[in-house]
Amino acid sequence: MKYVNDSIKKIDSDALLKGKGVYTDDLAPKDALCIKVVRSPHAFAKITNIDDRLTRKVAGVEMVLTYKDIKRIPFTRAGQCYPELSPYDKFVLDEYVRHVGDDVAIIVAENQKSAEMGAKRLKVTYEVLDPLLDYRKAEGHKTLVHPEEDNFIPVDFVGYDREKNLATEMGFEVGEITQALEDSDVVIKKTYESQAQAQAMMETQRAFSYEDEYGRLVVVSSTQIPFHVRRTLARALDMPMSKIRVIKPRIGGGFGSKQSIHAEFYPALITKMTGKPSKIVYGRKEVFTGTTSRHKMKFDITLGATKEGEILGIEMNALSDTGAYGEHANTTVGAAGKKVLTLYNKVKACSFKGKAVYTNNLPGGALRGFGVTQGTFALESAINELAEALNMDPVKLREMNMIKKGETTPIYNIITKGSGPEPIYMDSCELEACVQKGKALFAWENRKNRIEKDRESQKIKGKARGIGMAIAQQGSGLPNIDMAGATIKLNDDGFFTLLVGATDIGTGSDTILSQIAAEALDVSLDKINIHASDTDVSPFDSGAYASSTTYTSGNAVIEACKNMNSLIIEYGAKVLEENRENISFEKGKIFSKKGKEISLEAFSKKITYSMIHQQLTATGSFVPKKAAPPYMAGFAEVEVDLDTGKVDLLDFVGTVDCGTAINPMLARVQAEGGIVQGIGMALYEEVKVNPKGKLKSNTFMEYKIPTRKDVHTIQVELIEGHDDTGPYGAKSIGEVVINTVPPAIMEAIYQAVGVRIRSLPATPEKVWRAMNTEK
Amino acid sequence: MKIKVTINGKEKELEIAPDDYLSEVLRKEGLLGVKKGCDTESCGLCTIHLEDVAVLSCGTLAAKADGKSITTIEGVREKAEQVRYQLAKRGVDQCGFCAPGTIMSILYLEKVVENPTDEEINRYLKGNFCRCSGYVGQLEAVKSYLEGQKHEVCE
Repeated sequence: MKYVNDSIKKIDSDALLKGKGVYTDDLAPKDALCIKVVRSPHAFAKITNIDDRLTRKVAGVEMVLTYKDIKRIPFTRAGQCYPELSPYDKFVLDEYVRHVGDDVAIIVAENQKSAEMGAKRLKVTYEVLDPLLDYRKAEGHKTLVHPEEDNFIPVDFVGYDREKNLATEMGFEVGEITQALEDSDVVIKKTYESQAQAQAMMETQRAFSYEDEYGRLVVVSSTQIPFHVRRTLARALDMPMSKIRVIKPRIGGGFGSKQSIHAEFYPALITKMTGKPSKIVYGRKEVFTGTTSRHKMKFDITLGATKEGEILGIEMNALSDTGAYGEHANTTVGAAGKKVLTLYNKVKACSFKGKAVYTNNLPGGALRGFGVTQGTFALESAINELAEALNMDPVKLREMNMIKKGETTPIYNIITKGSGPEPIYMDSCELEACVQKGKALFAWENRKNRIEKDRESQKIKGKARGIGMAIAQQGSGLPNIDMAGATIKLNDDGFFTLLVGATDIGTGSDTILSQIAAEALDVSLDKINIHASDTDVSPFDSGAYASSTTYTSGNAVIEACKNMNSLIIEYGAKVLEENRENISFEKGKIFSKKGKEISLEAFSKKITYSMIHQQLTATGSFVPKKAAPPYMAGFAEVEVDLDTGKVDLLDFVGTVDCGTAINPMLARVQAEGGIVQGIGMALYEEVKVNPKGKLKSNTFMEYKIPTRKDVHTIQVELIEGHDDTGPYGAKSIGEVVINTVPPAIMEAIYQAVGVRIRSLPATPEKVWRAMNTEK
Repeated sequence: MKIKVTINGKEKELEIAPDDYLSEVLRKEGLLGVKKGCDTESCGLCTIHLEDVAVLSCGTLAAKADGKSITTIEGVREKAEQVRYQLAKRGVDQCGFCAPGTIMSILYLEKVVENPTDEEINRYLKGNFCRCSGYVGQLEAVKSYLEGQKHEVCE
């Protein structure tokens, strides 16, 4: 392969590193009206009056909009395929506010300062209601988070019950779980809780809009999902989809935060109403309080095994806090079982039940790992505890029970939409190689011995060290659900325009999709000009989520290129006056068997200007047909300060099976970045509220994300692998890389100081308290 | 009020409000490489040089820059070529939103710390957040850059 599996730099890196104006706010018209959203100070309240007289007196304020000014249409902000698996429980503005930070009113002014001043002067009177903040008590609670009766679910999914605060309920079962647990020699039963985590991408949500020369609404947005934005805006603003165009420029990070639609509603609405350009740029506090975070989840896990270490049964019951709105509630809690229990395919039985409840907390949303991260933390922590109960090495316990190459589990049939009864084999699973390689790189045995040997000398220094590990998987796109399209056009000098709806949010997907196209057409990379994404121009793509871009969009690019190849051969035959069977296209040239040849440049000029007169354009579409999960093993060594409980991650080894790495360098950076986000989740990141539901962590002063000082040694190894269904054998990488970090670190803490942290994050206080109560 | 500043070598007279912060003023002047990622001077995205010292422009009142020289990422495009090269060749530019601020801090580090250790590099740059890269490759890039610069001086 010439262009695939090559670590080329990102094709947009020059512009980004020079600080060119290529992001949303850089492109906004200078005369755009500025929008500020007034947000609720209460966790739950009914708006009884809004007095805007003082706001309207502020110089520069042009408009004040409340729920009374906006047509009441329920929708979901979740960006998912249609119809969405999320309740339509949100309105642009509503008379109820359901969390601190929920939107109350829209202030529009000719500049940012006036909009902000206007927002400050708005007098809102609330009837403050009792908030429901404890998700454990939410089901059937007397406080009803959604008392309104006009919300509904767009597609029938089980368990939605507004009157019980239930956003979703679901489950699946394989075998007889009760029997399997009864047959076990050792049964452990534990509860784990993973926290609400913020995406904390560097570029906050933002969008601007204008009316184009045809009177259509153009929305430029920092989004992961341009096509879902278009569809949802059309519904929310009650206008035809054909009148809306959504453009995505460069994006300053997403991590799921931009898989929901937030900022887009306001400028779209204002431009629709006024015909004037308008924009909104979220402040960081607004991101923390007015958008989403990772769903907080609680897991009750029961594991049963023989005394030899054969795991017989796993029961997993999940409860998810979806906060004020049910965005992504069904799919995240489902993923916490569906892409986690598949790791242990040798069990006699397993059972998963998931529930998501409404509360008056910040809404849950998408964040890298999307439920799988939460579920992996719980199950892998439990497996580590089982290893201890069995007095077994945790690596050995995994090696005995985990899924291996060519194996299957009936869970794949249950969770794969449209799958028949035939078993779905994991032919590309390199989990075993990940564990073996990771164990060797980490020097698991030697390290364990070294730590034991140094225990006393460490103790004198007030420190203790320990090691832990975990395994994980994710998906590569969503089988039979999320589709991607790609269109490729031959231009009149032998170069191509590659149009994709895939959305590069900083990961480098434009680069790797170009590499795939160059490989598929056997032309040099500089012959491929990628364009993405613009709903008017790009073919449909579900968006940058579900670890789908490399796999799903990459396959669409290959399809398009295959079709282009046929066209070049068909028209090449005409130009070279030969039968098409005798024509080949290689290395940028069209050859005939009789020895005639023509360069692609000359060919394209000819068919454009002098003969045939044909534009060659080819499209390909792709939807995954089966699961192609990436796998990973993670190994951690921590040092715990015995006086303060502070945990330092000294070393992390991650071995990742992402199939073929289209661009190994960019794949590695995905892994490193994901691991560090996992460190934050394991040790300190937490969206915290006070007893009234007000966020205690609404800035980077209180919400700590990892800095350079927190990162010690991280070693990533990409394991050689190949998935026959992936583009050139590739699977995904973006999400799987965060999953092993929290459970591996929690086990390492336990090995260091003998305390089990079952509720994330393992802050110094939590570790210290555990050390000083359990002992 | 009016201030006189030198931006990337060019003298300018700007009309500002007393409560305008430098980041916004510079962006209005078309210096779009000045980014903003927080409201609390925490993230480092808006880092520029004021009188050759790295400062956070989102926390610096524009009025304070009166009579001073300002350098933004746009003013170091030539100087930062090697930094860019080292970051890009490791793919640690990623979304790029934090890159201008980080590059301004790297250039300042180069000026004020001779032969910095890894620990010193991380301490100097820790105020420049990056959520994408995990910092590992960025540290390598900074080290290679500083190493390369040293060789150039020696030669």
